[in-house]
This record gives sequence, C-alpha cells and structure tokens, in this order.
Amino acid sequence: MSVPEQHAADIVMTGVSKSYPGAPIAAVEDVDITIRAGEVVCIVGASGCGKSTLLRMVAGFETISGGSLRVAGVEVTGPGPDRGVVFQDYGLFPWLTVRENIEYGPRQARLPRTIVKERATQALDSVGLTRVASSFPHQLSGGMQQRVAIARLLANTPSVMLMDEPFGALDALTRTEMQHELQRIQRDAGITVLFVTHSIEEAVYLGDRVMVMAGGTAHGISGHVREVVTVDLPADRDVNSPEFNEIERHIDALVHAGNARRLAPAG
Amino acid sequence: MTTTVETPPDRADAPVVAPTRSAGSSAGRRRLPLGWMIALPVPILILIGWHLGVQYGWTLPFDIKMTFLPTPGEVALRGVDLAVGGVYDDSFSGTLWEHLAASTLRVLQGFALAVAVAVPLGVLMGRSRLLFRMLEPTVNLVRPIPVTAWAPLTLLIIGFGDRSTVFLVFIAAVFPILLNTISGVHQVPGRLLEAAAMLGTPKLQSLYKVVIPAAAPQIISGMRIAMGLGWVILVVGETVGISTGLGALITQAREQSRTDLIIVGMIVIGLAGFIADRLLTLIFSVAFGRRPIQK
Repeated sequence: MSVPEQHAADIVMTGVSKSYPGAPIAAVEDVDITIRAGEVVCIVGASGCGKSTLLRMVAGFETISGGSLRVAGVEVTGPGPDRGVVFQDYGLFPWLTVRENIEYGPRQARLPRTIVKERATQALDSVGLTRVASSFPHQLSGGMQQRVAIARLLANTPSVMLMDEPFGALDALTRTEMQHELQRIQRDAGITVLFVTHSIEEAVYLGDRVMVMAGGTAHGISGHVREVVTVDLPADRDVNSPEFNEIERHIDALVHAGNARRLAPAG
Repeated sequence: MTTTVETPPDRADAPVVAPTRSAGSSAGRRRLPLGWMIALPVPILILIGWHLGVQYGWTLPFDIKMTFLPTPGEVALRGVDLAVGGVYDDSFSGTLWEHLAASTLRVLQGFALAVAVAVPLGVLMGRSRLLFRMLEPTVNLVRPIPVTAWAPLTLLIIGFGDRSTVFLVFIAAVFPILLNTISGVHQVPGRLLEAAAMLGTPKLQSLYKVVIPAAAPQIISGMRIAMGLGWVILVVGETVGISTGLGALITQAREQSRTDLIIVGMIVIGLAGFIADRLLTLIFSVAFGRRPIQK
C-alpha cells in the first residue's frame, strides 16, 4: 500500500500573532517554532487558546497580523495546494463520489488524466477505500469519510498536512484505528504534520513534539505557547507504559496550570 | 437496487415493498397498496356533480350559474375536436398543436432568459456582500409587483407580439430563480469553500465548481417554481394582438362565449405546466444521475 510520493516542507513561525479588530486581547500572540520537514507536531490546549487559529493561519484561511510564517521558505499569503487541511467535519464535496473527491485536487492542478487516475487509485488503496470508490460521502461512516478526506490530500501531494481535531467527532474505537492509520501514512509519506487536538493522549501518541498552548478570552490572557514538549519515546508507542503516562501527566499539568494559578487567590 | 415483492391482487392488505423510485430521492416515498385507486372517487364525483349541475341548472355559491357551462362530455368532445378535428369542423378544429407549440416556445424563451440572468446574478449576489446590499432593496421593491400588472405597460412599451409575452414570462420567472439562488448560495457551508481553496481552486473558479453544485437543490426548486409561473402568465400575456397560443385561444373563445373551448384551454394549460415540470425534473435526474444533488 504505497502512498503517492510527497515532498515534506518545514514550517517556520517567528513572532506569529493574530488579533481581531476590536478584541481586547490577541487570539494568538508571539508564536515562535520551527517545525522540521517530516516532523509531526501536535498542538494541545484548552478551548479558546488559539490552537485552531494558529492552524488556520498556516492554512492561509486567516491572515497573520504580526510576525512571519513561512512554509518551505515561502511566506504564507493565502490557502494553497501545498498545505492540505483535514477538517473535523471532513469538508467533502457531497455531489462527488469518493473517487471524484480524491481526483479533485490533481484535476485542479491540470495533471494529465493518467496521472490523476493513478494517484487517486494509489490514494484510495493507501487508506483502504478502493471498495467504496464510487459511493457518495453521505453513504459512508464518519471514520470512512475522514479517510476520504485524508486520501484526497495524499492524492494532491501537499508538503504539509494540517489537521484540525480530525478525529474529534469519531467514536473511541474508530479514533484509535485512525490514529494508527495516520501514523502509518505519515511514515510512508514522510510528510510534515501539524495536528490540533483536545486529547493529550492522542498528542503524545502521534507527536514528535507537543506544543502546549494556553490563554484565551476566558482567562483574559492572549493565546500563547506555554511550552513545547519533546516526546522522547520510540516509534509504536504504548499508551499504557509508565514513560508514556509520565509525559501525558506532565502535559496535562501544563494545560491546566493556568487554571490553577487563576483559582489560587480565591482559595 | 430495486426489490419488488409481488402482491396477489386479492390481498390488498399484504405488505408491499415499493420499488425505490430512484437512488437520488432519499426519502423513498412508499406507495400505498392500490394508492391510486383511493384517489379516484373524488374526481369521479366532481364529474358526476358537474354533469348533473349543468343538466338541472343548479346555482352554486358565488352565484355560479351552471346552466351556462357545457357538460363534461361536451368538453371532452371539444377537446378531441381541438386536437384532431373531425367533430365540429369549425375554425378551431385541429389547431391545438399550433397553439401549444407557440405557447411552449414563448415559455421556453422567457424561462431560458430568466435562468441565464438569475443564476449568475444570484450566485454573485449570494457571494458578494457589496453586490447584495446594492441590489437586494431594488429587487425586493420590484418583486412584489404582480406580473399581471406588468402586462398593460408591456403592451404599450414593447407592443403586441411574441416579444411582449416572452418578456412577461421572463419577469415572472426571474424572481423565484434569483431569490432561490441567493438563498441557496447563502447556505453553502463555508467549509466547502475552504476545502476547495486548500485543494488549489482559485476564488472565481470555486463559484461554479463549488457554489453552484452546492446550491443546486435550491436553484432547481427556484427553476421549477419559475416554470410554473411562466405558464400562469400566458393567459394574460397572450391576450391581445396574438392569434396563436393557448392564452390567445382562451381569449378568442371568451369573445365568442365558447365555454367548452375555454375549459379545454384551461385544462391544456394546466397539463402543459404539469408536463413541463415533470420534464424539467426528468432532465435534472438524467443530468445528475444518482448524485445526491436533488432534494
């Protein structure tokens, strides 16, 4: 099950900020991080800390209001096929079949028909969807639809895969399955992944590094990076091992540290 | 996949698995056993009542004097004569197809023009806040004017003839398509546009690659309403200065107090509108196949 050939790119953020006009605090403030090509970085943090905003800025859906954000050395100015996005709600085109959804990107790039077909076939195969190629998205389960969304990106050979809580709407079993699958695909493709999640376990399982964000309007502090934790564990991590749990606890403490500080004066 | 369970005719209460009409219609209407038969008594009773009413000269509410009506039988005979001749052999005999063709052509022209204007305009108005705020008040100011109220003015500024009728059909058809398109476009999930953008679709292309297909169900229902209204306006739009057309036929019949002919004209216009709607639906279902585009 090979994956269409991908070319990973690095993401360099220096002082990346986002503030909306009229808002008293910035949604995202002063984010510095260099994500190497082929690296998997997960972003965790409480609701409203700006983790999705950060991802959407890399995607080009939101403009940055300060700093510099470069993907493969090029400043991001808008959405583009080099940065694929997987949404929590899939975002598949309901009027296209699974295969047509996957062929959409390569066709948009005006690739020759034979290459379009070949890439789609490969991408379908790599996520195990060949059987349902001529179904429509609404006929598939959530997990299957998210596979289509991932295959759609693979066929479009982006250099960066941006995932915004992609498995958040799936049941626990499907979720675990998808995590394994993503990991396999990521290794095959060697692609750079930026992965936003609410689940610390998911972040530690998938990430080479975990970026912990904090703040948000609820706390009266701008969204910012609290710490970037390197997950120094071998591949095929065991979520029940003590080492895994130690890192998970550490990150959990980081995520909730702000709340404790906020509660301290009251108690 | 269509599965049909044969039901013996003597066991009307047996469960029947109705064949799914098409994969596209998600609801999959279930047909009642012998459902069409349950609809028969009402029209039959109406026809009997109509016949008796004419025979005995009933006067109904609204002071409807049934003596002036032809019997259903007379209407049917007139219908046959109008279609193929050979019954009365007067100036109307066998002219139905000519009238029908002339009217159909006018409806199609006006309708096509309305689609050509309203769909692109609706997509632009739905996507551009500026354009919407610029045009929406004007549209809603002009829209409430009944199409029939346009007719007298149209005759004066365009003159008698085809063009007036086509224009009136256009006016009747353009607003439902426009408003439905705008509302359909407003309901297109922003997510789909983001998805298209990150797959490399330029903004302008996403209008026809994403916005129109996503808004298609509403655009289509606007077109169906418009097609219906197009036939409605014929009776007014073909009143003066036009000699062929179903509206013209009814007008001429009225001038000669031929109630049987008027009723035949009414029935034909109704049927034509009905068939046009079915054909439109058929065209879409052939064009889109089993794509989940039609609601």
